[in-house]
Amino acid sequence: MAPAPSPTSSVITLTINGEKHTLPVDHRTTLLDALRDHLDLTGTKKGCDQGQCGACTVLLDGRRAVSCLQLAVAAEGREVTTIEGVADGDRLHPVQQAFLDLDGYQCGYCTPGQICSALAVLEEHAEGWPSAVTTDVRPEAGPAPLTPEEIRERMSGNLCRCGAYVSIVQAVARAAEARTDRNEEVVA
Amino acid sequence: MREFGYQRVGDVAEAVAVLGDDPEARFLGGGTNLVDLMKTGVERPARLVDVRELPLGQVESTADGGLRIGATVTNSDLAAHPEVRRRYPALTQAVLAGASGQLRNMATVGGNLLQRTRCGYFTDVTVACNKRLPGSGCPAIEGEHHNHAILGASEHCVATHPSDMAVALTAFDAVVCYETADGPGELPLADFYLPVGDTPHLETALPSGALITGVTLPPAPVAARSRYRKVRERASYAFAIGSIAGALDVRAGVVHDVRLAFGAVASRPWRAREAERSLTGGPVSADAFAAAADAELAAAKVLPHNGYKVPLMRNLVVAVLTELAEEAAR
Repeated sequence: MAPAPSPTSSVITLTINGEKHTLPVDHRTTLLDALRDHLDLTGTKKGCDQGQCGACTVLLDGRRAVSCLQLAVAAEGREVTTIEGVADGDRLHPVQQAFLDLDGYQCGYCTPGQICSALAVLEEHAEGWPSAVTTDVRPEAGPAPLTPEEIRERMSGNLCRCGAYVSIVQAVARAAEARTDRNEEVVA
Repeated sequence: MREFGYQRVGDVAEAVAVLGDDPEARFLGGGTNLVDLMKTGVERPARLVDVRELPLGQVESTADGGLRIGATVTNSDLAAHPEVRRRYPALTQAVLAGASGQLRNMATVGGNLLQRTRCGYFTDVTVACNKRLPGSGCPAIEGEHHNHAILGASEHCVATHPSDMAVALTAFDAVVCYETADGPGELPLADFYLPVGDTPHLETALPSGALITGVTLPPAPVAARSRYRKVRERASYAFAIGSIAGALDVRAGVVHDVRLAFGAVASRPWRAREAERSLTGGPVSADAFAAAADAELAAAKVLPHNGYKVPLMRNLVVAVLTELAEEAAR
């Protein structure tokens, strides 16, 4: 027996950069399109729209995700952080500052995704997550240092068609150092 | 994209009941494959049942010394789990070799097992494909097939299974647990994926409407010394052209236990049992490793543009077993 037709749209509430937004969405709407077309948060960029370029990277409950493959309706109840929510008012986040200081971009289109991804890379590394280039993944081996090779692997989901990779890796490395310094200050 | 209904469910019984026997309904996990396929029209569900918030997000040790991995554990959490890294390091390496950090955060264990082939003919709705449209033909056999199957394929389909994770799970005798309206069930991963034959559109032995609830890994001391190696056309963030999960336990200079599974060579993760048989109880040497690879690959059937996979897999077997043997000798 065929089930009764289900509604194909819903009114949902999304929490974005700490603010709640209630909006009607067709279920086909991705989080990316909801951000850009419904909420005018155009910092998140649409690149491939098929999960292959990373331009649309946002944080979902603090973890990076590609918003082009995330249905908006399925993001209800989760904390979304976009590039617009990264800085502290006019004070850039250290990751943003490092990209600026080291020219971690050329045209800038992939940059919001690169920065959101880098934010998560630093967290994942701090949590001790290994990567595909980590030689020994056993927990006893301890965390792998965040070498350029580790950064390249961990950032490989973000493509840059301008090829600004060299300075992107430097920017992530500098942000990682700044983070370590800050944490040491806190401990001291 | 076709319009669809959406419902989020909170427990397993509800999930199974809500999906029912509706062939037009799909479970939604991380969505990294399903949503992509919906955009291109390969998948056209009328309803999605969102199972991501089911209480299946734990990795737990079992009483016998194995692991039980919940179906909604993300690929990232699986790879990072200390017991996976300690007891089944090749599983962590396999998961980390797949996709990107963003996708691994989204993708679930259950969804990873059910992901579809990346064969370019399957994903292009404008062309024939026996897997997508049964009976329409397989253009890959005469066309672009440099990354297609060399083992277990048929004249109806030569697509490969894209998962890295499933290759390591196959090497370690994982068992898939599922729930249906008639109660729970289990399927060894070795029997989970159906042979291609003339029904490439039938991919798994899961009963209709079944929800994967988790994967059980039996205890495997051999797995503590294991690794996953993946060859691809760029250094990172690409599907394999050949991969291998290997584990080796050497005692008194003799192979006591060995596990080998291949990825990107068949419609399913390929457990290399011929190679394992050839090695078990025998010497630890490059010649023995090569002979074992040859025993497995004797069944290979190549197409004009994928013959390179035979020496590739042979070299991978020798390289990974040599590395594991050297590690054992240290």
